[in-house]
Amino acid sequence: MRLAIASVMAALCCTAGRGAVAAHPVKVGVLQSLTGTMAISEVTVKGAELLAIDEINAAGGVLGHKIEAVVEDGASDPAIFAQKATKLLQSDKVATVFGGWTSASRKAMLPVFQRLNGLLWYPVQFEGNECSPNIMYSGAQPNQQILPALTWATNQGFKKYFLVGSDYVFPRTANLILKKHIESSKLQVAGEEYVPLGGTDFSAVIAKIQAGQPDIIFNTLNGDSNVAFFKQMGARGLSPAKLPVMSFSIGEQEATAMGPTLVQGSYAAWNYFQSLESPANKKFVAAYQAKFGAKAAVTDPMVHGYIDVYQWKAAAEKAGSLDPTQVRKAAVALAAQDSPMGKVRFAPNQSLFQRAYIGQLDAVGQFKIIFQSPAEIAPEPYDPLIFPGKTCKPN
Amino acid sequence: MGGPILFVEQLFNGISVASLYLLAALGLALSFGLMRVINMAHGEMLMLGGYLAYLTLQVVPGPLGFLVAMPVAFLGTAALGAVVELTVIKRLASRPLDTLLATWGLSLILQQAARNLFGAIGVDVTAPAWLNHVLPITSGPLAGLSLPVTRLFILLIAIVVLGALAVFLAHSRAGLWVRAVNQDRAMAAAAGIDVRRVDLLVFAIGTGIAGLAGVMLALLGPVTPTVGQSYIVPAFLVVILGGLGSLVGTTAASLIAGLFSALVQIFVDVSFAQVLLLVFVIAFIQIRPQGVVASRSRALDA
Repeated sequence: MRLAIASVMAALCCTAGRGAVAAHPVKVGVLQSLTGTMAISEVTVKGAELLAIDEINAAGGVLGHKIEAVVEDGASDPAIFAQKATKLLQSDKVATVFGGWTSASRKAMLPVFQRLNGLLWYPVQFEGNECSPNIMYSGAQPNQQILPALTWATNQGFKKYFLVGSDYVFPRTANLILKKHIESSKLQVAGEEYVPLGGTDFSAVIAKIQAGQPDIIFNTLNGDSNVAFFKQMGARGLSPAKLPVMSFSIGEQEATAMGPTLVQGSYAAWNYFQSLESPANKKFVAAYQAKFGAKAAVTDPMVHGYIDVYQWKAAAEKAGSLDPTQVRKAAVALAAQDSPMGKVRFAPNQSLFQRAYIGQLDAVGQFKIIFQSPAEIAPEPYDPLIFPGKTCKPN
Repeated sequence: MGGPILFVEQLFNGISVASLYLLAALGLALSFGLMRVINMAHGEMLMLGGYLAYLTLQVVPGPLGFLVAMPVAFLGTAALGAVVELTVIKRLASRPLDTLLATWGLSLILQQAARNLFGAIGVDVTAPAWLNHVLPITSGPLAGLSLPVTRLFILLIAIVVLGALAVFLAHSRAGLWVRAVNQDRAMAAAAGIDVRRVDLLVFAIGTGIAGLAGVMLALLGPVTPTVGQSYIVPAFLVVILGGLGSLVGTTAASLIAGLFSALVQIFVDVSFAQVLLLVFVIAFIQIRPQGVVASRSRALDA
């Protein structure tokens, strides 16, 4: 709370005392894994968040302040995420923090943000079943990514599903939800397997896939494990063309790093693809590639990280304050804003209204969009089949 | 679920995993057995092997690039191992705890160097076409089983490396020196063997094998700055299980660890299989503290 008051006072003193141009910048935290097994995915989210900060600074900053990013490395380790979040809030006194990827990292940071009344903007799709007033969940809830993918697969005629995931909270909960919905639709689960985060041996998993003979694999592996999984599937003669794979954590950049031929033809479900045809997206991709190289791939969590920074700015300006409580209350009252992924706005449960897309990977690591939900889907943190009657109302 | 096909498939997978463990652990077992040096940077030698394969494939593309990558990775990491031995290990050889810390630091330096040079995101090493297919078994009781050629190839390389090492140790002059130093360092030195050079040779060969193992891993998994970390623990496990410094013991332990986890995985998932493997190793060394093959090199104070 002390922090909150301090930042309000800081904002008041400077806007009142010196007019529109503030003397000191506003610090914000950018906390992603720059090292370790998750670095493959998170380094570029940091890049997108910094791009948004640069753009906002170039346009005059937020509430008259320039934004100064304090970048920290979560090192793919939940304990380090919690430690760095504490450092950002207590020592750096940041106004807000953008970051996190794995649910384990978010779960580790949550008590820190609640205790110190901070505000975390979390950019990645996740398993739901969580509702903290101190987190803005811009990544997809299960009903905005996983379930639309299941509906699509069911409509395509796939009947036997094999679930493969990294062994932590997102894949376990996502698969719990998937299993309920698969069974309630009279379809079949051919098997369910977990590999430790960063694990690289899939021999047994693939043997069980062959024994289970599924129609499609739903893949919730995270990070480097995906490379090992697809390489070993390929070595077994199970290319995505022979046995379809629907992935929930492989974007353009992961596909490029893995070698697109390895994953060509496999499916992914996201709320954004680089190939989206809209002026806002073309502008964003051009800006990102101007900063990070003409070949740099852009992915869904990057765009969520980018949008988060703009939503924070808009909310702070609507609230006229940098206080986390006022910012989050203003954020859910904002009108829909145009973004690279279309119109977005935060629902009262602090998650984002957004569309679901299914894409199929081509030979250069880009997705051909083969399905999109007819409208923006309202976020649902608690799946009604698993958590009947539970709702999310942060106050 | 399962049936006989899954069982046989898991037997094969177990042997395949064992071949990877063996390649990853051989260098560690050699250097520990002879010099009592615990090389914490051993995993980074695997990583380096993967990156050397990547670089080789950039220079020599095409189907034969991979065959060139193997000796390049072996010699490249062996050379780095020799430099490490001369600059770090040799100076700390009499202080095991200091070598532990120094090589741990080296491991962090190498990881960060790879990150700065190649980026945090891994590089792409694709198996050549002549490896990337399966060998189906269409007749007999095992019809329906299919074996990936990549894994058969890795198995072959592991057998060749093991055989070459055994011949080197048993029949060459340098191998004789290694065995002599292994039995009694002071006596060997008194007999005129240049003990320091033997250390250097063994350490370089050990890291070279790790580099070769890194090339094999690149066929099956990612090449990233941290890839060595996921193999260093199983490698240490194998060395402890096998009894330090014994080729037979290391080989037997690789097979035990590989087959144990593969067969357990018929019933449980990979995460739980790892737990069971650790429990098994702990129980095993309670009953047989010297490992599969007893070796006099075991005691640190020998």
